[in-house]
Amino acid sequence: MNDIQLPEIVSPGKRLWRIFASDWIALLGLAVLSLLVLLAIFAPFVVPQNPYDLAQLNILDGRLPPASQSFDEKMFYLLGTDDQGRDIYSAIIFGMRISLGVGLLSTLGALLIGTTLGLSAAYLGKKADSLIMRIVDIQLSFPAILIALILLAVFGQGLGKIIVALMTVQWAYYARTVRSAALVEMGKEYIEAARCLGLGHLRIIFNHLLPNCIAPLIVVAAMQIAAAIALEATLSFLGLGLPITEPSLGLLISNGYSYLMSGKYWISFYPGLALLVMIVSINLVADRLRDTLNPRLQK
Amino acid sequence: MLTIILRRMSESLFVLLLMSLLVFAGVYAIGNPVDLLISPDATPQDIEQVTKALGLDKPLWVQYGYFIVQVFRGDLGHSFLVGTPAIELLLSKMPATMELAVAAMLMASIVGIPLGLIAGLKSDSWIGKTIMTASIFGFSLPTFWVGLVFIMFFSVELGWLPSSGRGPTSIVLGIPVSFLSWEGLRHLLLPALNLALFKLALIIRLTRAGTQEALMQDYVRFARAKGLSQTRIIGVHVLKNILIPIVTVIGLEFGSVIAFSIVTESIFAWPGMGKLLIDSINGLDRPVIVAYLCLIVVFFVVINLAVDLIYALLDPRVRFGASAK
Repeated sequence: MNDIQLPEIVSPGKRLWRIFASDWIALLGLAVLSLLVLLAIFAPFVVPQNPYDLAQLNILDGRLPPASQSFDEKMFYLLGTDDQGRDIYSAIIFGMRISLGVGLLSTLGALLIGTTLGLSAAYLGKKADSLIMRIVDIQLSFPAILIALILLAVFGQGLGKIIVALMTVQWAYYARTVRSAALVEMGKEYIEAARCLGLGHLRIIFNHLLPNCIAPLIVVAAMQIAAAIALEATLSFLGLGLPITEPSLGLLISNGYSYLMSGKYWISFYPGLALLVMIVSINLVADRLRDTLNPRLQK
Repeated sequence: MLTIILRRMSESLFVLLLMSLLVFAGVYAIGNPVDLLISPDATPQDIEQVTKALGLDKPLWVQYGYFIVQVFRGDLGHSFLVGTPAIELLLSKMPATMELAVAAMLMASIVGIPLGLIAGLKSDSWIGKTIMTASIFGFSLPTFWVGLVFIMFFSVELGWLPSSGRGPTSIVLGIPVSFLSWEGLRHLLLPALNLALFKLALIIRLTRAGTQEALMQDYVRFARAKGLSQTRIIGVHVLKNILIPIVTVIGLEFGSVIAFSIVTESIFAWPGMGKLLIDSINGLDRPVIVAYLCLIVVFFVVINLAVDLIYALLDPRVRFGASAK
């Protein structure tokens, strides 16, 4: 009786640390990502100027190269300025805020819709299952950018619309992931036990089934945030995403595109670099999470 | 088999119907086409006349039927900006997009398959790990930004390659292509490379996974026991076996490359369908937008249908699995 080894109880924080401590590339990704998120949250306190307060901009400072002094010698532009004399560094931090916000909001929305539909499909089975999964299959047979483009071309652009478009593109991934995880769980005894106890359907789904399907969802969500941010930036670059009043990184890059040919690279290059660092660090973290949380890959 | 074909066909029809409804809703129900067609100082009588002439006074479902009939006739109206029939305009841009997509796919395969093979054979060495980490960058890099960096570096800084346009084209079998002349090839290189990066990581990962799986199979062990050289085992036995899924995926991904060429074409001013779409959206050229959407949806539905049917034909598991449901 005594040779049963109880699993060690580890706090979530410690577990997260163990996941990342063994792989320095993933750890680096996590560190950079945390820094970027902090910068985005505290944006107004870490930038030298509010890039969208026109009173703070000086047109005489337009298109200055990186590491220049402002005309009145009060400001130092680390990454240069754009055509309106806006500090690129400040614009990037504010842009990251919008990009991250849009990515997070659309991912959360899609997660909610996709998980609900996927769990319903697994739990209800039969007609509901085949109907929902058919829609998922059909949607996944089209590339995400195409669906988002069609929606935005048809319904017009705007902050709310792009979030809806990104959600529409993403929910199917979650539905598929959670359904396949839930189907495995459905066959286990604890669900049967819960049913024998006469628990309600909703309680079984959300209190018993869902917590056991969380791991794969986290992995997909982590990857999808990066994908959503990249997609939003692409759409904004094409002029179909966010309006000019919500300058995300994609819009900043698009803004500097016309100056690229004359060698004024910094207006587009640095926002793009920020976007790249953000996406790569999210993907590094997601990759590590996948390796650890995927039971098939566990050694 | 017949039931599968019929079921998949009906599914495709359903998708087409859904998409046509969406496009119709966007184009006809939300904005009023009359506003776009008529001058602002038109009298109410004029507006009424045009509305009648366009059939816009009819109930929505009648209009939808009219729209479908037009689509089947291949008549999607004339471009507001250019004046030529929208479908004709679109088809004239098709060869450029196809050339770009094929060139990108070729590049991605030629570079990606050997890299994936190396990564799979030496998965524990530094080179395998480097390739895999680099491939994370491959699918992280936003295509449009890489395109900008290419232009910045190869066109502006070094001045080696042109940054926009297609260059001179020569006619082969009635289709204009640019890869036959040196100048055209120079124009093709950057956009194709840009588009290729988008699929490179996928091909590397797929090849690596296939290689790792193949190395554990008995036929590889048997070939080794027979005393075959390593190059022969990998070049002939492993490669042949892993190529089937890779080629399938390359075929499947072709559609998404065409969709993604919208971005590349816009950056490099490549005169294809994608650039036309973006220009039309910005210029509110509705007939062309509708024509593009119809064409691409039909294109995708056909690709998906073909792939599914070929799978069902080749793989008995798909066939029986489907009929058992």
